[in-house]
Amino acid sequence: MSIDTAIAAKVAKLARIRVEEDALPALAEEFNTILGFIEQLNEVDVEGVEPMTSVTPQRLKRRADVVNDGDQQDKVLKNAPDAREGFFAVPKVVE
Amino acid sequence: MSDLNKLTIADARDMLRAKKVSAKELTADCLTAIDAAHALGAYVHKTPELAMDQAAAADARLAAGDAPDMCGIPLGIKDLFCTKGVESQSASRILQGFKPEYESTVSQKLLDAGTIMLGKLNMDEFAMGSSTETSAYGNAVNPWKIDDRDLTPGGSSGGSASAVAADLCLAATGTDTGGSIRQPAAFTGIVGIKPTYGRCSRWGIIAFASSLDQAGPMTKTVRDAAIMLEVMSGHDAKDSTSADIAVPNFEAMLTGDIRGKKIGIPKEYRMDGMPAEIEKLWGEGTAMLRDAGAEIVDISLPHTKYALPAYYVIAPAEASSNLARYDGVRFGHRATLAAGDGITEMYEKTRAEGFGHEVQRRIMVGTYVLSAGFYDAYYNRARRVRALIKKDFDDVFAAGIDAILTPATPSAAFGLGEMTDADPVAMYLNDVFTVTVNLAGLPGISVPTGLNSDGLPLGLQLIGRPWEEGDLLNTAYALEQAAGFVAKPNRWW
Repeated sequence: MSIDTAIAAKVAKLARIRVEEDALPALAEEFNTILGFIEQLNEVDVEGVEPMTSVTPQRLKRRADVVNDGDQQDKVLKNAPDAREGFFAVPKVVE
Repeated sequence: MSDLNKLTIADARDMLRAKKVSAKELTADCLTAIDAAHALGAYVHKTPELAMDQAAAADARLAAGDAPDMCGIPLGIKDLFCTKGVESQSASRILQGFKPEYESTVSQKLLDAGTIMLGKLNMDEFAMGSSTETSAYGNAVNPWKIDDRDLTPGGSSGGSASAVAADLCLAATGTDTGGSIRQPAAFTGIVGIKPTYGRCSRWGIIAFASSLDQAGPMTKTVRDAAIMLEVMSGHDAKDSTSADIAVPNFEAMLTGDIRGKKIGIPKEYRMDGMPAEIEKLWGEGTAMLRDAGAEIVDISLPHTKYALPAYYVIAPAEASSNLARYDGVRFGHRATLAAGDGITEMYEKTRAEGFGHEVQRRIMVGTYVLSAGFYDAYYNRARRVRALIKKDFDDVFAAGIDAILTPATPSAAFGLGEMTDADPVAMYLNDVFTVTVNLAGLPGISVPTGLNSDGLPLGLQLIGRPWEEGDLLNTAYALEQAAGFVAKPNRWW
């Protein structure tokens, strides 16, 4: 299917990336090029084939359900653009 | 003695142990070479003081007499690896100023082995690209040159490739999601191996596509790759996909004897329009392995054609999820907000400013293929095709094939800027021979075997059975010996 500017705008919104109105037609065109390339996958007979979940058949290891990390608030906040009183600070989210 | 930066890991190891050189002398020569090579854009954060401290510690270990193989070896580290207290930006504006409070498992293993970090190396932003032109730091440049043009060192590990080829370190780390170790290695005349998925821990390596990403060494020789891969490998409780499988002494497996090995030549890799020089290189490599006593077998990997389209669903899908964490809250860049802007505006403006064009495009393609109504048609179909691609390899290995020989890249290095106006798919085609290996989780190695008619290096790829990097390295070693590739770029920088 073909991507128009409305779909491109919707995808940008879902991805939380601001795209200016005048950039949408070029973006939609790029999506169409890439999706056109991907369309080749429709030629493959995948009947009865399970989608791959892991390249190596492995069972994930288990560990004891205990706290093994923590108590490093300073380190966690060290790289934050805005940290105050031991928290990450963001614009107001509730009125 | 000078020019110690030109040594291989193996030679430096022997000289360090024989007390003919010190780690400090080795490191100093590398730092001098780095300072004279700004034109290559390989190093993006230099850590000379840290390096000299680490060199002093390595010399003390060497003097004590129980130093491991890589003790005292100066390395460059790709910017994708989180390194404690040192900028780790994934070549992106969105991680501007990010200094991790922790060290990636692979770089920690290298430090524990006594290696020295010279600095961080350039790459495509978030490892998305094949030319290191999407880097927020600016281009990395190939030390090989044939005319006025600056050539790409490939990507995404382009800074690593440029640094190793120009002797700005003894070796470097790279990562490979679709060919990002092997393609730059081929473009710069060096060796690069992507190990089996799960061989190296991904913990602390900034994630692109988690089911495809693997770290690996980029080195001057196959022997060096064997030495360094052993140090980088091994199980890590912090990466649930890292395999709890013993790591052999890879170097000890380099006998050069490949008599009786079955080498598969896949007919599907003979692409329409393949340049004659690539075809010739492939034929010569085949003859070298035959002359070394291997049995050459024509094989078929029928779903090869669908690997790139499957990759360009799966990798962006995983990237859109992995890169959701860059939201201007916990680390890196946050956009300046206007009065009245709320949290959604903060996310949208931060991500628009912080991510480059190619990264934005891939995040949005990934968002689209995962969105309601398209998930089955795109994402699940791609994962089904991926299962078929892996089965192609399983079938040939079950039939007794030991390794598969293919070209590493469809061309030699191209000029920086030459692909700017091409559509994105044209750039993606660089990975046509390498991407299958990531989708199937297999080990693959690029070995330089010749020069094209212009005098630029070309590489061949060997693909091995899962977990049999030792056998793969030995076949690569035999190919390296037969090819006798010793050319180096003429210094112009």
